Formats: sequence, structure tokens, C-alpha cells
Amino acid sequence: MRYLPLTQPDREAMLSVIGASSIDDLFVDVPAEARLDGPIRDLPMHASELAVERHMTALARKNLSAGEAPFFLGCGAYRHHVPASVDHLIQRGEFLTAYTPYQPEIAQGTLQMLFEFQTQVARLLGTDVANASMYDGSTACWEAIGMARRITKRAKAVLSGGLHPHYVSVAKTMAKYTGDSLDTSPPVLTADTDIDALIASIDDDTSCVVVQYPDILGRVADLQPLADACHAKKALLIAVVTEPVALGALKSPGEMDADIVVGEGQSIGVGLQFGGPYVGLMGCKDKYIRQMPGRFCGETVDAEGKRGFVLTLSTREQHIRREKATSNICTNSGLCALAFSIHMTLLGEAGLRALAATNHAQAVSAAERLAQVPGVELVNDSFFNEFTLKLSQEARPVVRALADKGILAGVSLGRLYPGEDALANGLVVAVTETTTQEDVETLASALQEALA
Amino acid sequence: MSINQSGWRPEMTPERRSDNATFTGNRALMLEEPLIFEIGATDTTGVEVAEPMKVASKLGNLARSAPIGLPGLSEPETVRHYTRLSRQNYAIDLGLFPLGSCTMKHNPRLNEKMARLPGFADIHPLQPVDTVQGALGVINELAVWLIKLTGMHGVAMTPKAGAHGELCGILCIKAALEAKGEGHRKVILVPESAHGTNPATAAFAGYSVEDIPATAEGRVDLAALKARLGPDVAGVMITNPNTCGLFERDMKAISDAVHAAGGYVYCDGANFNAIVGRVRPGDLGVDAMHINLHKTFSTPHGGGGPGSGPVVLSEALSPYGPLPFTERHGDGHITLVEEETVGDRHPDSFGRMCAFHGQMGMFTRALTYILSHGADGLRQVAEDSVLNANYILRSLENTLNAPFADSGPCMHEAIFSDDGLPDGFSTIDIAKGLIDEGYHPMTMYFPLVVHGAMLVEPTETESKAALDQFIGALRSVAERAKAGDEALKSAPHFAPRRRLDETLAARKPVLVWKDPALAEAAE
Repeated sequence: MRYLPLTQPDREAMLSVIGASSIDDLFVDVPAEARLDGPIRDLPMHASELAVERHMTALARKNLSAGEAPFFLGCGAYRHHVPASVDHLIQRGEFLTAYTPYQPEIAQGTLQMLFEFQTQVARLLGTDVANASMYDGSTACWEAIGMARRITKRAKAVLSGGLHPHYVSVAKTMAKYTGDSLDTSPPVLTADTDIDALIASIDDDTSCVVVQYPDILGRVADLQPLADACHAKKALLIAVVTEPVALGALKSPGEMDADIVVGEGQSIGVGLQFGGPYVGLMGCKDKYIRQMPGRFCGETVDAEGKRGFVLTLSTREQHIRREKATSNICTNSGLCALAFSIHMTLLGEAGLRALAATNHAQAVSAAERLAQVPGVELVNDSFFNEFTLKLSQEARPVVRALADKGILAGVSLGRLYPGEDALANGLVVAVTETTTQEDVETLASALQEALA
Repeated sequence: MSINQSGWRPEMTPERRSDNATFTGNRALMLEEPLIFEIGATDTTGVEVAEPMKVASKLGNLARSAPIGLPGLSEPETVRHYTRLSRQNYAIDLGLFPLGSCTMKHNPRLNEKMARLPGFADIHPLQPVDTVQGALGVINELAVWLIKLTGMHGVAMTPKAGAHGELCGILCIKAALEAKGEGHRKVILVPESAHGTNPATAAFAGYSVEDIPATAEGRVDLAALKARLGPDVAGVMITNPNTCGLFERDMKAISDAVHAAGGYVYCDGANFNAIVGRVRPGDLGVDAMHINLHKTFSTPHGGGGPGSGPVVLSEALSPYGPLPFTERHGDGHITLVEEETVGDRHPDSFGRMCAFHGQMGMFTRALTYILSHGADGLRQVAEDSVLNANYILRSLENTLNAPFADSGPCMHEAIFSDDGLPDGFSTIDIAKGLIDEGYHPMTMYFPLVVHGAMLVEPTETESKAALDQFIGALRSVAERAKAGDEALKSAPHFAPRRRLDETLAARKPVLVWKDPALAEAAE
């Protein structure tokens, strides 16, 4: 029990200071029938570092990691190269093992980083302000819908068919309890996005329209007309970005007048990690700050007039407001925000633009190559680093068959939209700077074989 | 323009102070660090990216034209910037972190090493399940531990933090009530000694919240609770051990009464480290309880998260838990039950709470920690954390007012109050005085039932020597306050920053950096 520093003589000395005869005396308030008399049976006893490492390594080996395979999965989680210094810096104990910065005098490191993160995120999303991160993109999206309800005092949210189906599921779960009504539909497997349909569905009860950019099939659309249509009806436009690297190449949603922009920040600095922890991004126009959930870091001065940072506007928050809180957010995703911020600092604008350009070019090249495979049709006219292929047969078994050959081919729409037969042949393929030409060739030949 | 070794530009220094001023604003190893926006440039980068191939753009006429305004730093400057920032932080690696109810304990680095194995860190949440059997194995193995340690029936693994877990538990209760045709129950009872997040969560899920008072000894008033139970009550949210540091002796009686009245019992498991291996909440009639993996099972707090809040569930509530979840079959194969596969097997699930499988990186760390301790070590964790807290309580009860010192042994944390300090001195002065002694302060002004509360939680990973030094420091600061030492009111004196103006920050929020030159021009 190498993590427990007390020795048996220490324990005895301490019990005597306390005036207790044994440790059991300290558990007298537990009803006798609920007191366990020894370690829980049929669970293993403590193990050495070596033994634990062996056990965990054996479990890790049962997984096919992205680095071992030609890898093309996206749909809300993307594989990018993370510079070694990012992981090194987040493992510094003063970041890794610090608490939420409630005592600002001895937490300026975390606080300054959060202030820098907020500024980076606001600039990337094109919003006036951003918060200090959310749990992830999907919960941030749902929180944004709640925020729109509070601002507009309306409860009908219109969700684009191009919004990630898991994000839609999360919103549906929560809507059952918050009273929001959601207008949803699945995507249509065509090059056209659903902007016109969304515009047509806005009415006087609409609190917000939620649109993903690029969308679940990888398509991009000009959001300005949608923003104008929302604002004409006093509704808000919420834009969702699941691949923030795209904003190195594309106009930001804020530039197209989105009111609230949320995103999944995993792409920058945070690895795939089988889905979490990730980092939710959230920015909005200045006028909505006080309706925005989550932590904020703000600039101020100390007693000597030196610049410093504190957590601020916390009167909205769950840990203080008891039943008056406006969101389910009680903390942020601090360490992942740090990873995002370090990676973004290493990239800088020049690096982000270069990374985005490379992602896009490799994706365009791969899409052209894959579309040459008989039985494969490229759905998209527009995309950033992710696009949808329509296969001549159902995609799900093809993905499984390719996985058996060690190829992680993409995400089948059948997995994301069970029961939607019109989407069953869709395969969403992501290509990043980590994808090689050889990977693309391997996928092309394997698809050719599988579809023959 | 001259730039010093960190890339910092001298003309941007904070105003120079006349006393002990240095040219840089630094004071030996106490270094000032400007913002990346003041030292970086948009054409500087610390990465090299392959030249893009020449292709026709598919960006749909939406190519970015406006600058973003993201400064970059070279790799050495980046490493130095963040290393310097890190030195402005207190952390558990530096010393005792006595935050009550927050449980800051040693974070073993083996946990970090295991979470970074490519087989865990570099896998995608939507990979075919046959290619992620090890990751699903981690989830499943951790789930088994959580169920057995708590004596419960099932566990929902996906909630991303404690508060998210609370919401999950309440939604399970709501779904179960609706399934029984009892959806008209609209009230959740929350004792005063519960975490502040509990009533927020209940209200958020559409319940009206009613407080149940605490007794003079800091526990739930059982008679008041029983008197309030009725056909409109959906359940109770209780924190046990509670935020006064006490075990709720009447937990079983509370559960029995709530069940008899047709409601469910939610237990906030934030303080589970005090009872793990010694008490199973399931034996006390709990229906749902979230477990903050970062607290009890030592995943690092990271300056604010990420957390992870799996929820253990009784047999009555298990069918209602969220998607996705794992199922282990007789042959050892693990499948994932999600929208694709749920079919009609789990019709009662209340839905999905987040995009993927929850905080996988936290599961790996928590399982590593659990296996290191084993069933015997986890029991020792509870014993040592309770022993350490009682040692602090008894060592300081004659120095600081300890409101519940006669209510029985404390559990994971000891509570003190500012009663007995001279006029003009309060908890915050003790807290800021502790900073000068090299400690992170204890939790201040919480729980609300104690005026000027100071909530001290040493955890099990502190040695007796570390506790003795902390006790000495806290006693010294308290004695200074009692003696009316005015210097305490302006503490900290030795931290990188003196007391920060939080009112100014809230009144005139500055949440993003703006170039002062541009900001001035705009005015």
C-alpha cells in the first residue's frame, strides 16, 4: 500500500491523541448491520506496480489503436498529431495536481492559462467572449439550447439534420425534462445541406436553430442567410463545430453572425481516448454573457495594482446557487483546456492555417481516389477533412469486414442512425495530416475487394 | 525591440514599484509572465506541417479571409511560458491540500502512464467493438468494482462529472417514477447538510426543492424528514458522509421511510473515500449514488477537471440508466449497448447523456488505482482518511471553534468556524494567512449551516509529520487572529499576487484579451 504513508506506530500514536482505543471507535456512527468486518470478499487484494502495469498493458493490447492501422474515423472525434511538449507540459504536477482556482493568489498559473484559452477560443469561433470550457461538445450543445431558451423565453429548438446524432440524442434526453420541444430530422444523403429547410421551419415560437459546421456528412454551408432568418424572427443561431481545425481554413460561425458557437475541442491537443475526457468550447456575443453557463476567468488587479486573474460571474453557478442555478455545469475541463491552449499556442495562426490547408488537401486527394473505386460514390460537393461515401451496399458490414483486416475504414451511418434505411450505405471518412497516401491506397483496394 | 530570454518585451512590464523594484518585474525565482498575446506573433509557429498538395478547394466558397488573431510561440518559448505559469500554482505535488469535500490526495503517476498506453489513448469511440475489447474490458472491470464496493446492482458509467452524475441519478428516479405512473411526484427533499449542487440538479430536472433542516449536531433531522414525506415526494438527495464531516447515523431509517412513502433515495457519494471498504451504501437502502472518480480514486483534478461521475444504481433503478453501456457475455466478449444495438432489450433507458462512452481516460486511471490498492488497501484508505481527519479535529478543537466536536467522530473532514475570533477577523483571514505559511487554504464558508465554516480534509495520503506541521501552521495563524494581528487582514504577503479584487472582476468583466492600442483607438 505504497500510497499510504502512515505507519502502524503513527496510527497508534494518533488514536491516543484522539482518545480512541481502535479505528473501529471512529466508525461508531455507522449502524452495526452495515459495517463490513473485513475486505470485501471476491475482490483482489493490493498489487505491485509491476503487476498492475502488466494487467493494464494486457488490456490495452486487446485494442487496435489508430497508430497501428490505416485509420479514417471522425464524426466528432479526430486524430491529429499532438506535439510532444503538449503532453509533457500538462503533466507538470503544478498543473496536473492543482485544484479549481478558487484561491487566486496561488492559482495564477491556471487562471492566466484559462484567460488565454478564453481569448483563443473566442477568436477561433469568431465570438466576442468564450468560457473556460465545458465537459464536451455534446453537453455544451445542450447547454446552448438551454441558454437560448432563457434568452428568448421560447422553448422550441430546431435542430439541423446535419447535427451529430449523439448531440441530438443528448438534447432529446434533456428536453424530456426541461420542457423544450425539439424539431429534428435525420440528414439526407445528398450534397445539399438543409439550410433552406431550416429557414422555412423558423417561426415565432423558435428559440434557436442548431446547425453543425461542417455537418455530420462533412458538408459546409454559408450560415449568414440562416442567421438573418433567425434574427428576423428574434431566434438565435447556434453553430456547432466538432472539428475546430476546420476553422483554420473556413470562415468562423461568428463571422456569419451566429449568436452562440459551441464546439468539441478534442482535435487540438487532446487525443482520441475512446471518447473522453474531451473539452467543450463555448463562445457567444457579449450581450449574452450573463446567460452563459460554465466557468469564466476574468482579469483584475491585486492589492498592489498588479494585473491578476480570478474566476468571476460565479453567481450563475450550480455550486453556489442551489436551486437557482441555470445549468448542470459545476466545473470545467481544465486540464484538457490547458492541452488545447498549449497546442494552439504552438500552432499559432500560421501553424493552424498550415495544418488546416494540409488536412483539406489530403482529404480532397483521398476523396478523389476513393471515388474511383467501383461501387463508391462521393456524396459531398463541399467538405473540409471529412466526407461521405455512398457505397453500393450497406456500409456497416463493410466496416466490420475491413476492421478484421486491420483497417479502420470510417464510421458507417448505419451505426449512427440505426433504422434509417436511406442512410445505411453511407460511410463517413475523415482524413487528417496523420493519414498517409499509402493508407488511402490500402483503403481503396480493400473497399474495391469488399464491394466487388 | 529588445526581447529578454523569455521573449518578454520590457516596455510591457507592469508598473515598476519603487520598493525592491527590479528591471524585469521578476524577483529571483518568482517570475512574472506576460500573456501569449503580448509575446507571440501570428506568423510564429512551433510546429512544422507538411506542405499541402495542390488540389482544387472544396471549401464551398467559405475559405477564411479574415485574420484569426492567434499568436504563436516557438517550441522553446512555449515550454518556458507554460513552465513559468505552472510555478504560479499550488498543487498537491507541492504539499497538503486540505480542501474539505474536495478530496485532494496524492495522484499516483502509474495512473497517468497507464492512461497513455496507445491501446487506450489512441482509440476512437466509434471503432467496431471487436477492435476495442480491452477498452470495454476496462469499463466493465471498473463497473464490477464500483458495484461490489457499493453493494449496488448496476452502474451508469457515462456521466462526465459529479454534477452530471447527480443529474443522471435524478433522471433515473424520474424515469422510474414515470414508468410506475407516479410522474406526479414533483418534490425532492434536500437536507441543509447536502452539497450545493444537489438542489441545483433537482431543480434542473424539473423538481421543486424543499430543504430539510439539520439537527444541532449537524445531521439530517429525521423527524422533520418523515413529517414531510408524502405522495408528492419523488425522493431525497442526501450527502453521506455529509458536508459537516459526519456520518448520517439514521441513513437506513431515512431510506426505509422514503421507500415506504413511495420515493427513492439519492446519495451524493462525493465523500465515499471515508467509507470505501467499510460500508456499502447499498446496505443502507441507497437507490442511486454518484462516485467522483477523481476524488475517491485519485484521478488528478487538473486545475478544474476533467472529473468523472459514474452512478451506481439499485435494482429498482438499473433499468433506467443511460446509453451506452457494456454487456459482458459468457464467453468473455463484451458488447456495447447503444442506439444501434439497444433494440427492445432496454426500453426503459432514459437516453444518452453525452456523445460517447464517458471519461475513458479517467476510467483507466481509476482502475489502475483500484487495482494497486485492492480490496484491503481501499479499506485502509477509509481508515486512514478518517483517522487523519479526527487527528486534526482533536488537535485543533481547543484553538478553533469546532461546532460538531461533540457529535461523534468526524469522517473524512473536520469542520471549524470563525466563532471566537475577534471582531473584524474572519475565516478568509485564516485562509489567506495559511497561504503565507505555504499551504492551500481549507474550504471556506461551506457548508452553509455553519457560520464562517472552515472545512479541513487531510485525506489518507498525508503522513503524521505533514499533519503535525499543518496543525502547527493553522494553530499559529489562528493564534495571530485571536491576538488581533492586523497584518493577517492583508495576507497573503508572500504569494505571487496579493488579495485580488474580485468585485472589480465581476462588475467590469474582462474575459478576453484586447490589444490595448486597438482598444484605446476604439474609444
